[in-house]
Amino acid sequence: MLDDFFIRAVLGGIGVAFVAGPLGCFIVWQRMSYFGAAIAHSALLGVALSFIFDFAPLLGILVVSVLFALGIVGLQRRSDLASDTVLGIFAHVALALGVVFVGFMETLRLDLMAYLFGDLLAVGRLDLLWIYLGGAASLVLLVRIWRPLLAVTVHEDLAAAEGIAVERTRLLYTLLLAAVIAIAMKIVGILLIISLLIIPAAAARNISRTPERMAIVAVLFGIISVAVGLGASLQWDTPSGPSIVLGAFVVFLLARLGNLPKPISGSKSR
Amino acid sequence: MVEPVPILEMAKPNSKEVLIEATGLSMTFDDRQILDRVDIQVQSREIVTLIGPNGAGKTTLLRLLLGLQVPDTGTVQRVPELTIGYLPQKVSVDPTLPLTVERMLGLTNPVALEAMREELEEVGAGHLMQAMMHELSGGEQQRVMLARAMLREPDLLVLDEPVQGVDFKGELDLYELIGRIRDRRECGILLVSHDLHLVMASTDRVVCLNHHICCAGHPEAVKRDPEYLALFGHRAAESLAVYAHMHDHEHGLSGDIVENDH
Repeated sequence: MLDDFFIRAVLGGIGVAFVAGPLGCFIVWQRMSYFGAAIAHSALLGVALSFIFDFAPLLGILVVSVLFALGIVGLQRRSDLASDTVLGIFAHVALALGVVFVGFMETLRLDLMAYLFGDLLAVGRLDLLWIYLGGAASLVLLVRIWRPLLAVTVHEDLAAAEGIAVERTRLLYTLLLAAVIAIAMKIVGILLIISLLIIPAAAARNISRTPERMAIVAVLFGIISVAVGLGASLQWDTPSGPSIVLGAFVVFLLARLGNLPKPISGSKSR
Repeated sequence: MVEPVPILEMAKPNSKEVLIEATGLSMTFDDRQILDRVDIQVQSREIVTLIGPNGAGKTTLLRLLLGLQVPDTGTVQRVPELTIGYLPQKVSVDPTLPLTVERMLGLTNPVALEAMREELEEVGAGHLMQAMMHELSGGEQQRVMLARAMLREPDLLVLDEPVQGVDFKGELDLYELIGRIRDRRECGILLVSHDLHLVMASTDRVVCLNHHICCAGHPEAVKRDPEYLALFGHRAAESLAVYAHMHDHEHGLSGDIVENDH
């Protein structure tokens, strides 16, 4: 059964949705989608370096993304530029660096499009193994830091004053983000990864009264997005990564339409 | 034979105890001296109000006392096992984060539901247990955050501008509430305020900060101190009389009239 490329694609997408849902919620809550996108942009550099120095691309992405994220955070604290300017500069410099490095590798013809927009239909068994092993490890870690991470998300100083290790929690969260980008890259590609994290989470907001339910609904919406997108991709022969993103957008629209009379500051439900 | 009274006395030392003491705190950011050799201490069962103009270093001083930042020079000493309840200046829960008051109360430490209920009742927010945090008004939010700080059963309560975003009547109510908490819980309270006359009634000691300690002492003394008057003007001192009246009733959060018990 696993020989069928379509089944493998669906399984891969579902595996990613399990981690992308809850992690995407934190990105939405912390208003960090641009930060996440910037980290994702650096992933291509990780891929290129891993080919040049001959180690596993997953490891390359992980290392480069984490270093990159730490660098951005450090610069944002010191710089007099607005933090979105810092992000904008570094996201695109990293992407440009990645493309330039890929160009250096004359002996190896890397399918740039597959890395930028995903090539779910080329997901192999080994990729599936990575998605599920990495995804399971990430989920376990996320569950373990859930409470402190939520506290840090609400108020950093308050969490710190009440004994939560803020820096450590933030570092683990960044590590998780990098890990999910690394394993999701095959599915939707560097440029579209963040949409798979934030669109299902945003769609889940209006129908959730607790953070946990929002995370679970985001997982379900992610799975539906993958199914819809890949189905459409198979039907009309559209590129798989972008099709999943559009599938997610359809889910988002339907979820929003179903809840239109509830603006955020609207009637208090008690 | 068991005598319960002395045991109770043992648990709560009747002499005032210094809970936290800072000496010689100095702090510089980007060549600007924020704090200059600041000394401050809070004892159990006293309310210390930290007052000063915007940018005087009040929040920085609180952060140093809470251990969120390390001073350039100086030391902060706490009694061992000091539990601090902290109410930050403004907690705004992002509207995308669905967080009920109940979840907020148990955010960092799991708390029994019954304890939550009691604490919310005490701050006059009993009906808000299932409300969403981002839908609360400024006053409701501060009451919930106060209940949250109290649930930690703190020896020291640190309140950073607790009445920000609260209307005038709500401000007076909140300060009365803080005074009651001190009486009932016998904890020390350190509070930052922009407005001395509002806190006069419930404050034991005022510390006036403008990068250095300008003056400190009983509120009546501080309000006549030339350094205080230079910072806040004579009008601040004159307007004090306006607020020296008593209320015979107050309005609960839901608008009903609540009889005062004093």
